[in-house]
Amino acid sequence: MTVSALPAAESKRLSPRLRKLEDERWLALALLAPTAILLGLFIAYPFFEGVMLSLSSARVGQPGEFVGLKNFHKIWDDSIFRTTVWNTFWYTGVTTVFKLALGLWLAILLNRHFKGKAIIRAFILLPFIIPTVLSTFAWKWMFDPTFSVINWTLFQLGLITTRINWLGDPDLAMTSIIIINIWRGVPFFAITLLAGLQTISPELHEAAAIDGARPWQRFWHVTWPLLMPVTLVVVLFSVIQTFADFQLVYVMTGGGPANATHLFATYAYQLGIGTGLLAEGAAISLAMFPFLFVIVVVQLLYIRRVETR
Amino acid sequence: MAEVSLHKLNKKFDTTHVVKDVDLQIRDKEFMVFVGPSGCGKTTTLRMIAGLEAITTGEIRIDDRVVNEVPPMDRDIAMVFQNYALYPHMSVASNMAFGLKMRKFEKAEIEKRINNAASILGIESLLERKPRQLSGGQRQRVALGRAIVRDPKVFLFDEPLSNLDAKLRVQMRVELKKLHERLAVTSVYVTHDQVEAMTLGDRVVVMKDGLVQQVGEPLELYNTPANRFVAGFIGSPAMNFADVTLVENGGKPVADAPGLRIGLPGELATRARAKTGRKATLGIRPEDIHIATPADAPEYCFEAVVEVVEQLGSEILLDMRVGEALMVASVEPTLRVRAHDTLKLALKPERLHLFDAETEAAI
Repeated sequence: MTVSALPAAESKRLSPRLRKLEDERWLALALLAPTAILLGLFIAYPFFEGVMLSLSSARVGQPGEFVGLKNFHKIWDDSIFRTTVWNTFWYTGVTTVFKLALGLWLAILLNRHFKGKAIIRAFILLPFIIPTVLSTFAWKWMFDPTFSVINWTLFQLGLITTRINWLGDPDLAMTSIIIINIWRGVPFFAITLLAGLQTISPELHEAAAIDGARPWQRFWHVTWPLLMPVTLVVVLFSVIQTFADFQLVYVMTGGGPANATHLFATYAYQLGIGTGLLAEGAAISLAMFPFLFVIVVVQLLYIRRVETR
Repeated sequence: MAEVSLHKLNKKFDTTHVVKDVDLQIRDKEFMVFVGPSGCGKTTTLRMIAGLEAITTGEIRIDDRVVNEVPPMDRDIAMVFQNYALYPHMSVASNMAFGLKMRKFEKAEIEKRINNAASILGIESLLERKPRQLSGGQRQRVALGRAIVRDPKVFLFDEPLSNLDAKLRVQMRVELKKLHERLAVTSVYVTHDQVEAMTLGDRVVVMKDGLVQQVGEPLELYNTPANRFVAGFIGSPAMNFADVTLVENGGKPVADAPGLRIGLPGELATRARAKTGRKATLGIRPEDIHIATPADAPEYCFEAVVEVVEQLGSEILLDMRVGEALMVASVEPTLRVRAHDTLKLALKPERLHLFDAETEAAI
């Protein structure tokens, strides 16, 4: 059989401008342009403006002037800011550990076959679907000093004799918002990890079972390492979101009592918008950047290492 | 040393009965092949032997121990999966070592066994690689290696060659055969490929719809199939079948169909006589049909119209119409024949098969 050459792509008459797109360099530029413009307009420009703001003495109704790193010096000496840094790390660390552990546990349970599997999986997502502000209001009512349904239940069960002031005590307030964040975040972990679990061939578990691995060993030697890339991505997402969390704390405690539950975002908001110190607020927002940057870079490097394994 | 015996083995998934009353003795060091079309229950049976599938009723013994409730890890078996099931995050060496590590073998012993298995399989140079860096054939070897290092009582193979291309499959088939001769371990092998079954098996179990159709050595299945299904399943190209009526002609039993009248020889005649007047299926393999010569007795001859000529080089396959039946004959490659030719053919009387039209059992 003779191999007939494919009919040479007839060079249709393209306008000279379109012809340029046949060159990959121009094509790449044309395809990248929309994204670059959007990112520049809505991310890079505000970020740059934020940096400039943090280096000024602007207040509400007062453009201010360039003052260098003065605002950063100021927040460095601010004890509330230091509490905020500690709070943010504690809040992010504790919630991430619990969300991962509970999410993984839930994912493994959901990965089995049982009746009504699809419905349960859909229900699990509810906390994630409800707008955070709404669900947080519901929680606020549950933790309310006077009407707390949790207190009522504990009281009826005879476990407590006096009211617990959930949101009035600094430590309890922090614990409360951590609980709500975990409640809200577990579904995302569970569903994503479940998707990851489903990509692991059941044959591998069977092979491991025949190889003599007990259930716990099968999890540790087969499931966990194969799930690692997905786990890392989910953790990365969650850390970024939790670190910059605002709504939950704002609705629940507003950063109180006595600034005990402020996170970067809420403190920046309170200082910048609440009291009108725009420049200082911007400085606090920006202070989040180096921490997040380091966390993200470390995790991305780790993800790359795991994926090329 | 290991025998595997299945006794009245049944498996039901909800309402579907996939394995029905399977009775089987697999002898020590025997290579037993389960073959059948998909959905016949062969893989389920294998998975029950492995302990990956619960037994509905019946009993499985490995040697004299009933293993129904014994978990896979304690059955002293090794299994090679269809998709290899290599741990993707572990190197070849770690894949092979895993089962031994789980069983707390000494490091030196693990290394010795891996090196030994690797040299048997010719994969010494691949030990540090990850499964995804291997070709299909190499992965299959690693999967075999993982089974070999365990030195188990029984090897279980679940269609291990079905993911390989045709050429590699033939090569690995030969290697598996050699490997079994060398290791002499009781093996149970599942395949849907009758050629694999015939070439690898010491004995072959043919299954259909959860029922064992016949158990026997490959040639036994080929020469004396127990029923029409086995006759049609074993052998390539498949056996020809023609619907006939058993009649008496001048005191001799004859298989009669429009355009086809074949005498029945010797013992077959005796058995057919009891069923005179009944419908039956006549079976003859393509290789047992040849161009008629004067030496062929007329009662074994018939005429056929050639429809298609398939020249394979080593033989010619003739697709023909014989009365109402379609038949294939395998003839000498030198024969000059064209479509629409009418040929006079003869068959080997001693190779004739008859099956009951209702029960499909061999007559």
